[in-house]
Amino acid sequence: MALAGVGGQDRKPKAAAYGTSPWVLVASLIGLVIAAFGVMALVDKHGGVNILAWFYDQIGRATDATALRNGGGDQFYAKLILAVVALYVGVGGVWLVFTGASTIVERFPAKLRDTVLPWIFIAPALLLLGIYLVYPAVGTVIRSFQDKQGAFTLDNWTVLTTGPFLEILRNNVLWLFITTAGSVGLGLLVAALFDRIRRESLAKIFVFTPLAISLVGATVIWKFVYAQQPPSQPQFGLLNAIWTAFGNKPIAWATTFPINLPAEMIIMIWLQTGFAMVVLSAAIKGVSVEVLEAARLDGASERQIFFGVIIPLIRGSIITVTTTIAIATLKIFDIVWSMSGGINHDSVVAVRMFQEMFQFFNDGHAAALATILFVAVLPVMFLNLRNFRRQAAM
Amino acid sequence: MTADAKPMAAARVRTRFWRAPLLNSLPLRLSVLVICLLWTLPTAGLFVTSFRNPQLITKTGWWDAIFNAFAPGQWTLSNYQNVLGGDNMGTAFLNSLIVTIPSTVIPITIAAFAAYAFAWIPFRGRGIIFTIVVALLVVPLQMALIPILKIYSGASLYGTFVGIWLAHTAFGLPLAIFLLYNFMSQLPRDLFESSSIDGASAFQTFIRIVLPLSIPALGAFAIFQFLWVWNDLLVALVFLGVGKDVQVMPTALYNMIGPRGGAWHLLTAGAFLTMIVPLGVFLALQRAFVRGILAGSVK
Repeated sequence: MALAGVGGQDRKPKAAAYGTSPWVLVASLIGLVIAAFGVMALVDKHGGVNILAWFYDQIGRATDATALRNGGGDQFYAKLILAVVALYVGVGGVWLVFTGASTIVERFPAKLRDTVLPWIFIAPALLLLGIYLVYPAVGTVIRSFQDKQGAFTLDNWTVLTTGPFLEILRNNVLWLFITTAGSVGLGLLVAALFDRIRRESLAKIFVFTPLAISLVGATVIWKFVYAQQPPSQPQFGLLNAIWTAFGNKPIAWATTFPINLPAEMIIMIWLQTGFAMVVLSAAIKGVSVEVLEAARLDGASERQIFFGVIIPLIRGSIITVTTTIAIATLKIFDIVWSMSGGINHDSVVAVRMFQEMFQFFNDGHAAALATILFVAVLPVMFLNLRNFRRQAAM
Repeated sequence: MTADAKPMAAARVRTRFWRAPLLNSLPLRLSVLVICLLWTLPTAGLFVTSFRNPQLITKTGWWDAIFNAFAPGQWTLSNYQNVLGGDNMGTAFLNSLIVTIPSTVIPITIAAFAAYAFAWIPFRGRGIIFTIVVALLVVPLQMALIPILKIYSGASLYGTFVGIWLAHTAFGLPLAIFLLYNFMSQLPRDLFESSSIDGASAFQTFIRIVLPLSIPALGAFAIFQFLWVWNDLLVALVFLGVGKDVQVMPTALYNMIGPRGGAWHLLTAGAFLTMIVPLGVFLALQRAFVRGILAGSVK
């Protein structure tokens, strides 16, 4: 860690090029002032419109300016201007802050500089993490023990043991186990199968691509697969078309409890299998040839090699994939919310929390539900920390 | 976090060895085909339907359109025209770009500086602070929603782009810092020593050496974050809301589901529009994305 003393006492003149010249400082200060105006335009809900209207006024197109201010005209360009301002402030502004601050600090005496500089580098990150994650997390836990007047209560927690909430918790547990096991199991199967075919990377693209699709988009895709028509009419949903071809009556897969639970889980499994496949496939390819050859020489069958040799060797990757998918599944919201809104006995914690916030206006309940999710990830958090401590000797 | 890929040559030898007895087995080929079909047909149905004549969509299955691809009046672009105009998908598309690009670039910038300090500049409290960052990796963002919403309605940040940029930036930071730290801490120490002999300051070293070398990691995280923000529904619903002038594509699509469960011609076209950008980014930059996944599968 020799870096702290970098550029110290005998700095050579050529090194004074970037980051130390006073002009850099002046330029960044000017840039920051412009950025401050940008922030003002951004916080204002009509910022983009105002800028464009002002510009139209300057070039003498008063009618266009008025139209814009009244909510008509080229709203598209107003938004585009806002986006450009945003990029300037968001990216340029952050760079200017770092450049300006570093330039000032590098004029400090060496010792003071070395103390201050790292803090400047991490300050924006710490500020955002503090405001957006640490403070709210603590606030949410506290709020879960408060009633609407702010007095201490356990009601938010005891209500979770009543009917509808128990159903929600049960659904979340089912999601957690079935979806995670399904995705990891299928991912492992697909990785092992595809490992043995010639056009492996092409085949992988098919399974992998859904990962790029939004959960809402995927829900629409599957809603169409599950679509149901009355028995007298032709079934245009793929699943019911196949189902009725065997002489069965069409089923409303997406809305009939309890079949709607697996119907929704399949969407998540369909998306996450690709992720599991990629990680596990890389891990399988990491198993050394020598080990496989030795096992085969010992007379082990393909199946024995897979379960007895490969799986134990890639255990670490399996755990990583499992925890990642489990955490994503725990927070599942989009699929249930856009499939049914959770009205068919299929609600989950995140959906109910959203409803408590925006429909029932009961922040105490919402906070308790969020805290449940938080408590559920604590084991993973400790696992991560332990692994990290073991890896890095900081 | 996961096993390293072995050198190419070794992989090739191993694959040949592994394949030999199974290459021609029919069950293997069939099951691969079935898997690929299962993962493709749902999306294909959506895609085909979005170009079909609205009158035909509920009369016959989409597979019927493929068998009768040349029947007159089978195909149309009007679904897309209607969705882009009437359902504000065009505006939503622009809003999504406005939300996503800064929400991707800002966290990368902030995280790169922080990760550099954590990896290469010793300072008091570094270990503790970084441990907190690692702990924050898995904190569900639901924990943040209520208090932040309270702050936002007080500071009139609700429904503004600034508000959602900051939220996405903060929610993406732990993973960004963690990924970049992992990458930067692996850079050879000699680089920093020679830079120090040349008289470069910490800031200069960062810009001239660390940043250019970290481009693979920066790119991997960028794709990750881009897809996550573009596809996000929850954060957008909570902090931006459903106003027509600010709603992003997932919100717009969600709004279409509710009132028109049966308007499949619009719903399929809308859904496909929301997928174009992420699918394009994804297919073009697949390698970098896979690298990001392999490095960062902890979120």
